[in-house]
Amino acid sequence: MHTREASVGRARAGWSARLHVVTGKGGTGKTSVAAALALALARDGRRTLLIEVEGRQGIAQLFGTEPLPYEERTIARVEGGGEVRALAVDAEEALLEYLEMFYKLGAAGRALRRFGAIDFATTIAPGLRDVLLTGKVKEATTRTAGGRRVYDAVVLDAPPTGRIGRFLNVTAETARLAKVGPIKTQSEGVAALLRSPITAVHVVTLLEEMPVQETVDAIAELTSMGIRLGRVIVNSTRSPLLAGRVSRPDLRRGLVAAQLPHDDATVSALLVEAENHLVRQALEDSLRGDLLELDLPLIELPLLLDGVDRAGLDALADRLAAAE
Amino acid sequence: MHSVPAPQRLDVDQILADPGVRIVVCCGAGGVGKTTTAAALALRAAEQHGRRTVVLTIDPARRLAQSLGLSELDNSPRQVKGIDTEASGGELHAMMLDMKRTFDDVVLTHTDPKRAAEIFANPFYQAMSSTFAGTQEYMAMEKLGQLHARGEWDLIVVDTPPSRSALDFLDAPARLSRFLDGRMLRLLLAPARSGGRSMFSLVTASFGVFSRAVQKIIGAQMLTDLSGFVAALDSMFGGFRQRAEQTYRILQDRETAFLLVAAPEPDAVREAAYFAGRLRQERMPLAGLVLNRVHRTAAAEPAGDASLAAANRLDELGGYAGAAEVLRVHAALCRQAAREEQVAATFTRAFPAVPTVAVTAQPADVHDVDGLRAIGDAVSGR
Repeated sequence: MHTREASVGRARAGWSARLHVVTGKGGTGKTSVAAALALALARDGRRTLLIEVEGRQGIAQLFGTEPLPYEERTIARVEGGGEVRALAVDAEEALLEYLEMFYKLGAAGRALRRFGAIDFATTIAPGLRDVLLTGKVKEATTRTAGGRRVYDAVVLDAPPTGRIGRFLNVTAETARLAKVGPIKTQSEGVAALLRSPITAVHVVTLLEEMPVQETVDAIAELTSMGIRLGRVIVNSTRSPLLAGRVSRPDLRRGLVAAQLPHDDATVSALLVEAENHLVRQALEDSLRGDLLELDLPLIELPLLLDGVDRAGLDALADRLAAAE
Repeated sequence: MHSVPAPQRLDVDQILADPGVRIVVCCGAGGVGKTTTAAALALRAAEQHGRRTVVLTIDPARRLAQSLGLSELDNSPRQVKGIDTEASGGELHAMMLDMKRTFDDVVLTHTDPKRAAEIFANPFYQAMSSTFAGTQEYMAMEKLGQLHARGEWDLIVVDTPPSRSALDFLDAPARLSRFLDGRMLRLLLAPARSGGRSMFSLVTASFGVFSRAVQKIIGAQMLTDLSGFVAALDSMFGGFRQRAEQTYRILQDRETAFLLVAAPEPDAVREAAYFAGRLRQERMPLAGLVLNRVHRTAAAEPAGDASLAAANRLDELGGYAGAAEVLRVHAALCRQAAREEQVAATFTRAFPAVPTVAVTAQPADVHDVDGLRAIGDAVSGR
């Protein structure tokens, strides 16, 4: 166990990164957490960029906007003059942009598109797609204008835990195919950034067995790759409602006092609900214990009972910001 | 808010017992209990309906795999022991998909050993067979086609890969065959076909611009490997496409039943709705929606608000701490159930004709045959 001070110190280190990569098993709410983190980090008049790379338009759905183009757009304004911009990176567009930037391809770039070469290139070399996507993330993270950083922080809604290792391990993937050339150079630049203190990977989980198992596995994999872990973010938690088992007579007495139905069937059914809740609580406690053993700063976010809207995201952002 | 008429109840037993149904495909977003549902349905088909069943799982959780006796990934069905099929006479076999081995088998089937060895040694094949986005989906379809062609099974239950989108499962085969058969490959292949020399020796003016660009992106050495890969695969193009098309047709046939699996969460339900629309578009037979992890109250009374108000009142009275806690549990459950109903209604509104079954959330995960049996009971409403 850490002392409180030590964990506060590590917590601060968790948000000290400039590029926050948010992963987690599918269904854990990693897009919501990424968005809430982008909102939290945009407080005090700062500007953040929220990026998605899987073509799911999850950010647009979350904020209830039109599908995002391949363009950085303001998606939320934050009290204190800050703003969150959002970008859906598309591998094809990233490739064309990259070619334009480095080779001034012009007509040849258009020819590539006409021949379907881009689809082809990103299909045949699986690592290439990830190099292009992470390359764009790197570009946004390091971009400056007038000698100042364009973004105070970049939050990446990354692929799920099952694919995160491969996604971030860009050099290994491309090294198999590209021994020399621009792709190799590009991927080495990305790899260096991902392993520097600028980057932290946060893993979102629920207090359920499969997500916790995948969290443990992903952290082991990323650690072995030399990638710096930030926090474990436990999403959708509920505060325990029962201190222990409640006896049938006690419950009945309470129901009578509250002038509620207290027939046998109702009492039994309420006791079943309570028992299920206790089983669930015990399982959650044991899973929380597994997560604590990871020895990473842990933060718990509450279940949003009314669904994930802007108010809900701001509530999550409050929790995340308080962890600073 | 408009009230949504309750959808027709999905009768899973009717599907599992129907000898005309030979394939059940479970699809849906990741994290909704798809693999567990597939395993539970297959177990039920064997135990209750006496069918010789095989379940093809893609990436099962370790403990679920162990409960099916799947300790290793050996890419061929193994009989599951220790289940109760004495009365029914059914059998359950289970397998985990090994993407690379399946791809290797496809290559071996379609080409001679010398060519196959060349293909296996090519770095592009190695990358593609293990990491190509869509290979897993394609190989799941390929394996389904193989199991179906063997004709040994009464029923094949398929779990689909945890794709970025559930639609990848349908699209990957077409994408792969389009790619292997595409204009790009023909362009790249042209020189290799006419003598196997450098592909840049025959460039035309327009291809010159193009190839220079390609070379800039992926580098000359990569192009050489790629050209070799393509040349070696050339003999297999027809086979690839034919098989993808065959499997696609099997999926359109009435012997197939698609089951959407979802949880009452907005993302999962949205994904299920996409998939339902897509199946309709592809004229593939959608049998129904399995809504997992649904929370229901056991006690019909009191209502959530009344329960919470009563808990507060008991706190004021003092001396009823335990009862107040239980009432708060009940109130929270009421609220969760109401929210889940709203989420599920978004699907029902869009697809009122799709039969649906709700499966109550289990307090803990399933990792043994008894647990799978309980899930099977719950899915079929028994």
